[in-house]
Amino acid sequence: MTTEAVAAKRPAGRRLAGLFYGRPRLQVGALLAAPGAWLVILYLGSLAVLLITAFWTVDPLSGEVIQGFSLENFETLVNEPVYRDIVWRTVRTAALVTFTDVVIAFPIAFYMAKVASRRGKGILLVAVLMPLWSSYLVKVLSWRTMLSNDGVINWALGPLGLHGPGYGVTAVWLVMSYLWLPYMVLPIFAGLERIPDSLISASEDLGAAPFTTFRRVILPLVFPAIVAGSIFTFSLTLGDYITPRLVSNDQFIGNVISSSITNDLPFAAALALVPIVVMIAYLGVARKLGAFEHV
Amino acid sequence: MRRRDAHSARTAWLVVAGLVVFMLVLAGCGSSSDSSTGGGGNELQKLGKGEGELNLISWAGYVEPEWTKPFEQESGCKVNDKVAGTSDEMVDLMKTGQYDGVSASGNATARLVAAGEVDPVNVSLVPNYKTIFSDLKNQPYNTFEGVHYGIPHGRGANLLMWNSDDVKPAPDSWEVTMNPKVAAKYKGKISQYDDPMSIAEAAVYLKFHEPSLEIENPYELNEEQFEAAVGLLKEQRANVGEYWSDAAKQIQAFASGDNEVGTTWQYQYFALQGEGEPVAASPASQGFLPKEGATGWSDTWMISSKAKHPNCMYEWMNYIVSPQANAEVAEFFGEAPAQSLACDHTADKEFCSKYHAENPAFWKRVYYWETPLADCGNGEEDCKDYNDWVQAWTSIKG
Repeated sequence: MTTEAVAAKRPAGRRLAGLFYGRPRLQVGALLAAPGAWLVILYLGSLAVLLITAFWTVDPLSGEVIQGFSLENFETLVNEPVYRDIVWRTVRTAALVTFTDVVIAFPIAFYMAKVASRRGKGILLVAVLMPLWSSYLVKVLSWRTMLSNDGVINWALGPLGLHGPGYGVTAVWLVMSYLWLPYMVLPIFAGLERIPDSLISASEDLGAAPFTTFRRVILPLVFPAIVAGSIFTFSLTLGDYITPRLVSNDQFIGNVISSSITNDLPFAAALALVPIVVMIAYLGVARKLGAFEHV
Repeated sequence: MRRRDAHSARTAWLVVAGLVVFMLVLAGCGSSSDSSTGGGGNELQKLGKGEGELNLISWAGYVEPEWTKPFEQESGCKVNDKVAGTSDEMVDLMKTGQYDGVSASGNATARLVAAGEVDPVNVSLVPNYKTIFSDLKNQPYNTFEGVHYGIPHGRGANLLMWNSDDVKPAPDSWEVTMNPKVAAKYKGKISQYDDPMSIAEAAVYLKFHEPSLEIENPYELNEEQFEAAVGLLKEQRANVGEYWSDAAKQIQAFASGDNEVGTTWQYQYFALQGEGEPVAASPASQGFLPKEGATGWSDTWMISSKAKHPNCMYEWMNYIVSPQANAEVAEFFGEAPAQSLACDHTADKEFCSKYHAENPAFWKRVYYWETPLADCGNGEEDCKDYNDWVQAWTSIKG
């Protein structure tokens, strides 16, 4: 019997295994082929198509897309003051939501990671995750009811002679901060867990006041986790259009994209590039601040 | 280390550049094949046998089992319906080419014709067309250059609705939402339709109150008239409590007291009344229009130029304006029927007179939605087109 005949008699699975034996590059290649194709063709590919579409225009009457190179959409974006207002409003709200979530999430995460018992930690973790089990729409619509004129917020504030914020940008800020809080708590919690207690003890032993320990030991170590969380809260706020529509009258980037998409797809594409550019700038700043050094 | 970084960065750039080139090639040769503009005159000449199926796009309430079941039995065409929320959505859905027909309002029809998405309709193959009210035939939103592009379905006026407990005395004019001085009384309580068509509402108001602007048709506005209407709505912005685009949101806002007065449709008015809310409105059924008149709709069934079931679509267009079916739709929806013989078939014998179906004079003050075009018929392209309207609407909301 020749060696080929022996090889031919082996079951197909083993032959396949033989093919990969001793060829690490092929192994990695086969493993990454499907996710790689997904990432490159479906994900980056659609982004590239989006970029190209942004340079097209539409026929004003029929709404047919005219292919060709034109900077018209970008000129409109820059020249019409309303779009600057909308972009600024969106970015400002995203920053505010992120800041609010950091301020609220840090104490919760710190308590969970460093103070609570094992049991307490478990309970708190479930409590943080619980809102994610219910539908996004249910949560936003509940806020809409709560914020309404005869809603529970006005009812509770009434005896104090106060009035709730009503619908508007403030309402969007409130609701978004509520919605994205778990995405901030979890990374900070994970980041704090990785800091050994001994470092905090050492800082105290060396005479640092609690605030100094926080500022010079904990904060630098947990900073990458905060940035990771902020990427979630910032980008989620940047892209949302349902919350603004339900609890305010103000347009955010997503609202204009969704209302343009049916009759002016290229303009919607141009507008969709704005959050991408903002996010790239955001990630660039985060990198400069050293957020990715230990990832 | 540094050299390796530089190397991998170069590889990354190469990958990105290659990808962009690949996509450009793909985009370049991909979609240039289906640019079939201008519907042309390929109307059906002879009715054949039904294809057994029919795919429709409609407004909510136009295709209901009560009248589609008998149609299916009669024709053997199984009806699949897709409900659209806005005219823009209808145009978008029609572009997929997966549907046989659509119940288009006047602010979609011209766009569909221009894009070649719909074919002319041979009205001689639709026997019930003969008895349709004559003031619905040959209108600028369903007949283009003398060619029929659809079968009229029904019509109605948009309503002014108010909370009768809070808004006193009962308004008889759009002033209550449009005149900044009057509207300020209801600051934060005004409800406005979230659509560029609201600009026409402002134009209807200005047509009456600012005769110097010489507005003829609220959908044909030149620069000066358009700026005036947009300016009015920008002033209104401060008083608006909520812009509504879906009916459920507006119903809730009126029920909770967040909104007290504004534009609405029959559907929300009926729903709020059904919930026992203290609302009143300017329904055509009570013969009441605000003194300026009102915007409205007159819908048309159109056939897709890519229809896979054209015979079933013709049968449907004939069926939906048959006296019995048209009466059922009109009563269900709360609109005036298009079919003159439908008035003998309504459950409420007074229905047609309540809704002014047989009263052309009433409809003179109702301005049906139209697609704004640059060409207002004076030969000059000096009117604002729909894209301008959309952009202006974005800047009005701020």
